[in-house]
Amino acid sequence: MLSEFLQFLFSGLTVGAIYGLIGLGFAVIYNASHVINFAQGEFVMIGGMATVFLMAAGLPMPLAVVLAIAGAALVGWLLARIGIETARGAGVVGLIIITIGASILLRGLAQVVWDRNFHPLPPISGDAPIHVFGATLLPQSLWIGAALIAIMAALRFFFDHTRTGKAMQAAAIDPLAAQLMGIDIRRLVRLSFVLSAALGALAGVLVAPITMTYANVGVMLGLKGFAAAIVGGLGNPLGAIAGGLVVGIAEAMTAGYLSSAWKDVVAFVIILFVLLFLPNGLFGRAEVHRA
Amino acid sequence: MSNQLLQRHGGLALLAAIIAAGPLFLDNGFHYNVAILAGLNAIVCIGLNLLIGHAGQISLGHAGFFALGAYASAILPERFGFHPLGALLTGALLVGLLAFAIARPILRLRGHYLAMATLGMGIIVSIVLDQKVDLTGGPDGMVVGDLTLFGQALRGNLAWYWLVGALLFVTTWMALNLVHSPVGRALKAVHGSELAAAAMGVDVFHYKVLVFVLSAVLAAIAGSLFAHYNGFVTPDEASFIHSIQLVTMVVLGGMASIAGSIVGAVALTLLPQLLADFHDYEMIVFGAILMGTMILLPTGVVPTLAARIRERLA
Repeated sequence: MLSEFLQFLFSGLTVGAIYGLIGLGFAVIYNASHVINFAQGEFVMIGGMATVFLMAAGLPMPLAVVLAIAGAALVGWLLARIGIETARGAGVVGLIIITIGASILLRGLAQVVWDRNFHPLPPISGDAPIHVFGATLLPQSLWIGAALIAIMAALRFFFDHTRTGKAMQAAAIDPLAAQLMGIDIRRLVRLSFVLSAALGALAGVLVAPITMTYANVGVMLGLKGFAAAIVGGLGNPLGAIAGGLVVGIAEAMTAGYLSSAWKDVVAFVIILFVLLFLPNGLFGRAEVHRA
Repeated sequence: MSNQLLQRHGGLALLAAIIAAGPLFLDNGFHYNVAILAGLNAIVCIGLNLLIGHAGQISLGHAGFFALGAYASAILPERFGFHPLGALLTGALLVGLLAFAIARPILRLRGHYLAMATLGMGIIVSIVLDQKVDLTGGPDGMVVGDLTLFGQALRGNLAWYWLVGALLFVTTWMALNLVHSPVGRALKAVHGSELAAAAMGVDVFHYKVLVFVLSAVLAAIAGSLFAHYNGFVTPDEASFIHSIQLVTMVVLGGMASIAGSIVGAVALTLLPQLLADFHDYEMIVFGAILMGTMILLPTGVVPTLAARIRERLA
């Protein structure tokens, strides 16, 4: 009974941590630019797929991971430079459509440049499961948890103790006032895309040993990450992580106790529930406009 | 004013002429197939454009309504003995009621939140269709019977062409009337500034709900017809990517342009056929069109061209 529950909890926390990492990417971009980047899931895909193919080309895994993350960051920069900056007047609907276009474009490119197959990645430290009260825990889950904590600490340091990080916070609070103080908003927007692309790619590398990676892996992961960001309150990095864990655990419990077929429904039912009844998310600032 | 009248009816007359002349240029079954699908897409897009372009409310879940209409026409005659036409109307009515029920809470949201809510709704529909195997046949889809009108099964490309053509004409006429009615002007005001519109006494919320329901019903009717024409439906009709395709057609053609919706629907129905030899590159082209249109021609192809022509003439 307990072991079963623990098993579901472990799997929920693992996948929830990944959703949280992806949601964090949404939050970083949203804070800097008020853009929701629907191509966030494609950064996750690029991270996983690029690592797979760089390793197939003979590179050692650490180098492949670093190059893959750098590649995704470059794509993030290009998206900000070409997609977002040149269409500044496009409005919310327009920017949503541009990032959706980018996501389809990137998926199409991945299918042509790489392929349409499923690829595994080796876990960071073996796959001998650890036994906890009768439940099994994969070492990769621990790595994912550790990475999440390290990234949260690093982001906290970045936002609170560096000039650029503080500038990003200022821009999130009031872009106009920040600009008047001499902060270069365009640079910050590009930086936020680079940062969140790197975060997404890292999530992609971490999740690939568990779920495998393929050209369309980013679609559902991206949507779940978006869900995490909304459940936690858009633009709240810590909220995004908590939101990811909520969505992940709810999914795992549904899959375990009801049926795995319905787990994706649960995530979206939670989103609708949160949107309708807690429109600022669980931890968000009051900023949703309700007529 | 008379100029405006001419514009309205001139456009309708042009559409009627193009539809009537169509069979002269359509040589084979394949051409008819593309024309019929383009017509059905255009009907969905006209409704969707009223929502996105005129009312300024995004929906990333309209494929869900399309699929619900399609499955109503698949399931009701097959399992409950409905007449196909009755199934179509019942499907449209049920989708209308569903849209009305969810519009009230959902349309209070804005921007990204509305996008997420409609997207979630569409995905829930597609998963339900996928999982209720006993009712829908699950991921394998299900076969749909013929559409019968006046005791006669509708078969053959030409018959379908005229049916879809007539319906497209009626939809366009209705949408034009709506846009040029007090409702249309109210919507325009809502799109410009909700606050200002509300201050002028426009019941903003009422109009948003109205357009949302109307666009959902149009999608459901087109879905029903698609199901009968295609003879087969799968949960893919409700997929996220299908919703995006519909939005792309609207954006490419031009937001708040009814002619644009038709042009966008025809262009993007035709495109995959033209690219059939380059199937691998279809998604790249598709994504590039979406980004490129929004960046370079943010108002869409038809409004941009119209503005250019007007400039030349002036």
